[in-house]
Amino acid sequence: MKEELFVSGRNIPNIDPYLNIWHWEIPVYLFLGGLAAGIMFFAGYFYIMRKEKDMATTVKFAPFLVPFALVLGLLALFLDLKHQLYFWRLYTTIRLESPMSWGAWTLMFVTPLSMLWVASYMKEVFPKWDWKFKILEQFADLTIKYRKAMAWALMFLAVVLGVYTGILLSAFNARPLWNTSILGPLFLVSGMSTGLAAIIWMSKSKYERKVLSRIDLIFIGVELFLIIHMFMGFMAASEVQIEAAQLFLGGEFTVVFWVFIIILGLLFPATLEVLELRGFHIPIWIPSLLILIGGLLLRFVMVEAGQITRYLY
Amino acid sequence: MRYAMAIDTKKCVGCGDCVVACQTENNVPHGYCRDWIVENVAGSYPNVEIELRSERCNHCDNSPCVRCCPTGASHIIEGGIVKVTHNECIGCGACIQSCPYDARYSHPEGYVDKCTFCDHRLAKGQSTACVEVCPTSCLYFGDLEDPNSDVSKALKNRAWKVLAPEAGTKPQLYFLT
Repeated sequence: MKEELFVSGRNIPNIDPYLNIWHWEIPVYLFLGGLAAGIMFFAGYFYIMRKEKDMATTVKFAPFLVPFALVLGLLALFLDLKHQLYFWRLYTTIRLESPMSWGAWTLMFVTPLSMLWVASYMKEVFPKWDWKFKILEQFADLTIKYRKAMAWALMFLAVVLGVYTGILLSAFNARPLWNTSILGPLFLVSGMSTGLAAIIWMSKSKYERKVLSRIDLIFIGVELFLIIHMFMGFMAASEVQIEAAQLFLGGEFTVVFWVFIIILGLLFPATLEVLELRGFHIPIWIPSLLILIGGLLLRFVMVEAGQITRYLY
Repeated sequence: MRYAMAIDTKKCVGCGDCVVACQTENNVPHGYCRDWIVENVAGSYPNVEIELRSERCNHCDNSPCVRCCPTGASHIIEGGIVKVTHNECIGCGACIQSCPYDARYSHPEGYVDKCTFCDHRLAKGQSTACVEVCPTSCLYFGDLEDPNSDVSKALKNRAWKVLAPEAGTKPQLYFLT
């Protein structure tokens, strides 16, 4: 049977013929959030493991990226709003059922915390740094005193932030591609992996790079595992989800997903990392850059493709 | 109280009066709409069937748009009507992404807008603009909990369906088939 639909009396920009209200801002923000979560998690983790000296880049230097990533991410998020002057409404209420509300509040805590963490290392990283005011100096001393508590908070909030970047999408019933809770762990793991890639790129210590590469390989493995399970879930679900999966299995996102995200963004950099661990000399920026681009593309593709999938019309 | 609408797909001729009435009544900006007509042609010649549907927000019982809203701008008022408070909406688009019926749109002024079941008219004891103008009287509106309301009576005697029940939103537009 052939079925044809005409929708008349309706021509809404950005919704017809298919939904397209989220543009580059959301994937960029999801990427930066994941990257920040990855860096923060490992900064906290290695501080608590008392590896501050051996893993100096992870604990001290890389976290300097985090406030910038978060502020840029928030800026992208703000640009995406259509009723911008009312953005403060996010902070007049707590909506337990809305992941976006959770995210807004998480960012409210995690952004200042990342700045405090950086402040506590300011003098170590920039020996000539002068706080100018005595009160700031005393405040910085205070942050140094509470580093351990901050490290635990960083780890916890990093996981919340990382999961939230995925759950944000899976909460939308109407988009079958997003409607899977596996996006939470998937985006968390992918964010951790991009965070590690950024730290590895910055690090000058061979030991540190070796430790981080090993962890990164585990995360890439888990990410592949989750992606395969995501597709298994789709293929065993209802028709709308099977159709959503078809976008990646022969549909318009097949090449960008399998070639650029899976092969160039995960498998190839993982191979390079293995070779590096085996003693081959590989310029470290190559796998790192590939992982970062792969992470960004994954979010672009998921956001774009998700908006095409739907129940009706 | 539970407001709902029944649409007789056998009587609807797809004239679009409901669309224009709504745009006029609710000052919907040019190029946008809160309700629309779907023409569903199925089968192959000579056994072709056509179904005309006047569609709008389903004012779902389990409304994902209200759950997703981070500010509480999307809310449910008496009678199960889903509404948006304009000066609480930040225009994030979460509700648009969560609606299986694509019933919401971003108003040029920034906030999200949608069908209100003409609650301003209901308050005055009138029916919705689309119902009032329908030339074939194919739209039935009223309280589902009142057995004598137009919508209850229409649903009692006819077979009906809802759209995308698998989305799990418990929609409240009933299409008489």
